[in-house]
Amino acid sequence: MTAAAHTAAGPRRKVRRSFTDISFAIFNYTLLTCFTFICLFPFLNTVANSFSSSHAIQAGEVVLWPVEFQLDAMRAVLLDKNIIRSFFVTVFVTVVGTAFNMVFTIITAYPLSRRDLKGRSYFMNYMIFTMMFSGGMIPGFLLVKALGLINTIWALIIPGLISSFNVIIMKTFFQNIPDELREAAIVDGCGNTRFLVQVVLPLSGASIATISLFYAVGHWNSYFAAVLFIDNPDLYTLQVKLRNILLLAQMDTSLEVIQQYDGGLHVIQESLKAATIVFATVPILVVYPFLQKYFVKGALLGSIKG
Amino acid sequence: MQADVQAAAKPRAVSASQQRAAKGFRKELKKNFDLYLYLVPGFVYFFVFCYIPMFGLLIAFKDYNIFKGVFASDWVGLQHFRDMLSLPDFYEIVRNTLMLNLLGLIVGFPAPIILAIMLNEVGSKLFKRVSQSLLYLPHFLSWIILGGIIYNILSPKYGIVNELLRSLGLGEIHFMASPFWWVVVYTLSGVWASAGWGTIIYLAAMSNIDPHLYEAAVIDGAGRWRKIIHITIPGIMSTVVILLILNVGHMVSIGFEHPFALMNPVVSDVAEVISTYTYSIGLKGGEFGLTTAIGMVQSLVNLVLILGANYAARKMGREGLW
Repeated sequence: MTAAAHTAAGPRRKVRRSFTDISFAIFNYTLLTCFTFICLFPFLNTVANSFSSSHAIQAGEVVLWPVEFQLDAMRAVLLDKNIIRSFFVTVFVTVVGTAFNMVFTIITAYPLSRRDLKGRSYFMNYMIFTMMFSGGMIPGFLLVKALGLINTIWALIIPGLISSFNVIIMKTFFQNIPDELREAAIVDGCGNTRFLVQVVLPLSGASIATISLFYAVGHWNSYFAAVLFIDNPDLYTLQVKLRNILLLAQMDTSLEVIQQYDGGLHVIQESLKAATIVFATVPILVVYPFLQKYFVKGALLGSIKG
Repeated sequence: MQADVQAAAKPRAVSASQQRAAKGFRKELKKNFDLYLYLVPGFVYFFVFCYIPMFGLLIAFKDYNIFKGVFASDWVGLQHFRDMLSLPDFYEIVRNTLMLNLLGLIVGFPAPIILAIMLNEVGSKLFKRVSQSLLYLPHFLSWIILGGIIYNILSPKYGIVNELLRSLGLGEIHFMASPFWWVVVYTLSGVWASAGWGTIIYLAAMSNIDPHLYEAAVIDGAGRWRKIIHITIPGIMSTVVILLILNVGHMVSIGFEHPFALMNPVVSDVAEVISTYTYSIGLKGGEFGLTTAIGMVQSLVNLVLILGANYAARKMGREGLW
């Protein structure tokens, strides 16, 4: 709003903020604060629920802050072997999966970023077409089945190995590296591979971080692939486990029937539901503040070029 | 005579240039052999996981038998497509998919634009950054989590929303059990999850608007509203159009996780969409041929829509996707 403060021609002028301007600003800030609060409120309520006693929840006393603070629900979640196992399955898939994703995305993106590479537009079209048309769920499933990946952890890593969207983003990052660097390197006798490893990668730290995060969040949150390809309970991911618990809990609150929960008969308490949700969310919340700016940068580049 | 000589000369000329092209390519191959090698895994990956399943579309025309495989199964022609059209569920799932997508578009498309405009007008950088960070948050959580939270707060007995309604003297609403309210919740939850993140693109587009335009407007006496309507909005129009094309192009597809996380048996009349139906009838029920046929039609309509929307945009003088 300091638009008119400095103009190339003429002295500095102070613009008197009109009444409408000020009321607009108040209106704007208020509305934005409201929206942000509405956006956040469901989480805060859920977190509060996870630390409140079931009695307080049922009495409707919990709004933003825990009432009758208890740690039992959270303790029950952390001590549940199946939940912990599914947590580690998800960690494995996220870490290993992202590593694989990055290696293959980088080696695909780098050649495509080289303008001097003949035939790269054919490959680009080949890749982009897959973004517009696909065989669908059933052929995809049958393929994974035919490859013998069903009920293995690799079914969660290999089918989604390379995302054409991310390749395009990465390629754009690589293209921003000046050609002069490469020409200088060639003079020094540096080959393509060495150039990639010793020059391009170190310079691409930000983009590598960004794309890694895209993949990592995708793995962490993925549910459909796990449900599609895996029915061995030992290989359930965190999201699948969460879904099972919440589904039982749903039926519980709407039908008020005691459900079987992992072998034992329990009434799924409100606080337990909430605690499970919080448990699955905490890892993302913890890394979020630090990594958020990378996501934004990546999204920007992806949208402009993609 | 002339024609014969020319005809005799031509084949040799063509093959000579072809030879040159082949030699040129071989030279390129040698020069950047390692780069082409790097492209091999990607090529194989896309071939195996994207192009081979396209061959799997043949299943739409066959009576798929697991033991015979795709190629040896019996050919049934358009039988599955006929079945598809005579299936009462089919119209329901298509209607639901279109309805949810359309509502999502009507409500969800303007939301990030409006939010971005509002954020753009905010003077305090700190406020802007903090509120943006908070608004992006739902985008990073899985639908399982979001769905769990939604069921939590909308629960008839224990949920905070109904608690509020009760305290206001209104009765409680079974949001997730009523077809009408379920659709409302679906649409609004879609906005909740994506509006914040969507502002990124529009804010970036707004930052590309020439600040001199704003200065000139102020000199001409334009207030905030005027500036928004006459500068900001036209300035982001090309971005808006591109995103609109992308969204329209996906009118018949719908993700799996959003409807799946929110649905329950009571509302399946409105909640069952193409993707969830394919999953339950196709994968779990084994109706491969039928659901592959549905999927194929869906992919084709998608392709036509996205090409059509792009064409329409270019006709209107805007830059399309290509």
